[in-house]
Amino acid sequence: MRSPEDRGLRESAIFNRAAIAAIQQAAETGIYDIRGWGAKRDVPHFDDLVFLGSAISRYPLEGYRERCDTDVTLGEMNASKPMKLDIPITIAGMSFGALSAQAKEALGRGASAMGTSTTTGDGGMTEEERGHSSKLVYQLLPSRYGMNPDHLRKADAIEVVVSQGAKPGGAGMLLGQKISERVAEMRTLPQGIDQRSACRHPDWTGPDDLTLKIQELREITDWEKPIHVKVAASRPYYDTKLAVAAGADVVVVDGMQGGTAATQEVFIEDVGIPTLAAIGPAVRALKEMGVHRKVKLIISGGIRTGADVAKALALGADAVAIGTAALIALGDNDPRWAEEYEKIGSAAGYYDDFQAGNDPAGITTQDPELAARLDPVEAGKRLANYLQVLTLEAQTLARACGKSHVTHLEPEDLVALTIESAAMTGLPLAGTDWIPGRNGGF
Amino acid sequence: METLTQTTVEFDLAEKPVRELNQELHNPTATNYKVLNPRGEHSVAVGINDPIEVEIEGDVGYYCAGMHQHGTVTVNGMAGPGVAENMMSGTVHIKGHASQSAGATAHGGLLIIEGNASTRCGISLKGGDIVVKGNMGSKSAFMAQAGRIVVCGDAGEDIGDSIFEARLYIRGEVASLGADCVRKEMREEHREELVQLLKDAGMEEEANDEAYVDSFTRYGSARTLYNF
Repeated sequence: MRSPEDRGLRESAIFNRAAIAAIQQAAETGIYDIRGWGAKRDVPHFDDLVFLGSAISRYPLEGYRERCDTDVTLGEMNASKPMKLDIPITIAGMSFGALSAQAKEALGRGASAMGTSTTTGDGGMTEEERGHSSKLVYQLLPSRYGMNPDHLRKADAIEVVVSQGAKPGGAGMLLGQKISERVAEMRTLPQGIDQRSACRHPDWTGPDDLTLKIQELREITDWEKPIHVKVAASRPYYDTKLAVAAGADVVVVDGMQGGTAATQEVFIEDVGIPTLAAIGPAVRALKEMGVHRKVKLIISGGIRTGADVAKALALGADAVAIGTAALIALGDNDPRWAEEYEKIGSAAGYYDDFQAGNDPAGITTQDPELAARLDPVEAGKRLANYLQVLTLEAQTLARACGKSHVTHLEPEDLVALTIESAAMTGLPLAGTDWIPGRNGGF
Repeated sequence: METLTQTTVEFDLAEKPVRELNQELHNPTATNYKVLNPRGEHSVAVGINDPIEVEIEGDVGYYCAGMHQHGTVTVNGMAGPGVAENMMSGTVHIKGHASQSAGATAHGGLLIIEGNASTRCGISLKGGDIVVKGNMGSKSAFMAQAGRIVVCGDAGEDIGDSIFEARLYIRGEVASLGADCVRKEMREEHREELVQLLKDAGMEEEANDEAYVDSFTRYGSARTLYNF
C-alpha cells in the first residue's frame, strides 16, 4: 500500500501525528503524559556550529603524534582534595531507583576505566555504585532521600542540585511500579506509591541561604571536597553568578535536552532553554566575576559526539556531563530488543518510557528479571569504549585547531551555520563577520 | 573514636574560628566540649560522628548540629534555621526557640526544643523525632515521611501538608491542616509512644499525668495522594 505521502496526503505541521496522538491519549485517559528521555523537539544545537580547523593563518598539531591533553581538575580553589578527571566528560546524576543497580554499577565501571566521575542521583548512594566508581559525586537534592553524612564523607565531590534541565522548577518523579522494597527502604517511603520529590530544598531558600548551605557542607567534610551547584538552563547568567557568589567550585548547567527518568511531557518540551543557548551567558557570568577556568563549568544536555564535547569546551565549558548517551552506550534502545519494544507499544530508537519500569534492556527498571539482562561488566566496557571515542574525537578536533589541550579550544575556532545559533552563541555566521544583535548588518 | 577518659574542653569561638571547632569535634580528643561565645555563628558543631557531648553557651546561626550522629548537642540559647537538619542519631537539645526548618529531613535521633519552633519544623522528616514544648509554626511536617513530632503548644497553618507516614501529636489548637493530613484515632500504641517521647524529652511528670497525655490529638496521612 502506498504511504499517505505518496498518495498526496498532507500532514499538518502543527497537528502532526505526534500532536494528534497526544490529544487522543489525553481525551481517552484524562491523565497527562509522563515519560523519560529529554526534549525531542528540534532546537538549535551543536550541529549548527562547525570548527574552522587550520590553514595558512592557523597552525594545526599532528593528529596522531603531538600531545593533546584532556585532563581537568575540579575544586582547586576551595577543596583540599580536588577531583582530577582524566577526560572532560563526566556521567550525570541518575538515581538508583530510576536505574537498576546493575546499570549504576556499569556506569561506575565504564567511567572509572576512563578516569572520570559518576554521580549518584535522587535516592542516595549504593554500595555497588561507590564500590565501582573511582570518582563519585554525591548529590544533595531537595528530596534528601537517603541523604547520609557517612556517604557525604565517602564522596569525592558534592553536588547541590537546584534544578534539572528536563524540568526547571520541578523535581524527580518515580512511579509506584519502580518503588521496589529496596528503593522504598532507601527513600523511607511506602512501597509502590507514586513518589514525587520536592522541588525546593527543605532548609534553604535563595542565594544567601545557599552560601550558608555550602559552608555547612564544607564544614561537615572538613573542606576536603569540591562542591558543585547544578542548575537547569533557564537564566544561566544570573544562576551562574549566584552559584559562584555562594561559593561553588563547579557550576553545572543542564540544558533543556537534558534527560530524565520521569517527567511530565509538557515540562520536558516547554520549560528551559537549549544547551547551546545556555553556555554563553554562563561563561560571561564567570568572566565578569574573574573566575572563568577557575570555577569550573560543566555543560550537559544533548551531548552525543566528540564534536559536541569539543564545541562545548570551545564555547567556554571545562567539561561536559552525559546521561542519555551513557545509557544508550550501555544498551538502551538496542535493536536486539526490537520485538519487546514493539510489544510495549514503542520501538527501538524511540523508547522513552523510563518511568514504566519495564525496560526491555534492563536499564531503567527495578524488575529483577529485566535488570539481570544487563551485564555490568560488558555494559561498563561499552561505556568506556564510547567515552574513549568521544575523547579521541574531541582531541582530533582540538589538534586540527592547533590546541595542545582540549580546553584550549576557543570561540574563535568556531562559526555558526544558522542565524539562530549565531545569535545564541555570539559566534559569527559562517562566511561572514556578522553576529546577530552585536555588530549591525553583513 | 578511641575510648577517651572523661574530660571537658572549652572552646571559645571569640578566639578560634568555627572551622577549627568542627575539625576538633570530628576527631575528638575529649568526651565533653563547652563552646563559648557562639554569637550566632553558622554551622556550629556540624557533622559530629562520635558519642561526645557538646554544650553551646549562647545563640547559634544556621545549621547548628547539622547531620548530627551519635552525640549530644545542647544549645543554651536560640537556634537559627535548619538546626539538626538531616540528623541521623543522638540528641540535639535547644533550650530556647528554634527558627525555621528545625529538624528538616532528620532520619533519626531526637530534637528537643524547649521554646517555640518556627515554620517548616520537621519538613520532609525521615524517621527522626522532634519534641516542641512550645508552639510550632505553619507548614511544619510538610511531606514528612517517617518519624514523630510532638507539639505541646499550638500549631500554625497547613500542618502536615502532603504528609506520608510520619505521626504528629499536638496538644493545643491547630490553625489548619495541609492537604491529605487528617486527625486520627489515638490508639493505645500511640499513647505509649507519646508517653515515651515525653519522657525522652525530660517531661517525666507530664508523661505520667494521664489527663495531660489525653489532651493530645494524633494527626497523619489520609493517604489519598499516594498515587497520581
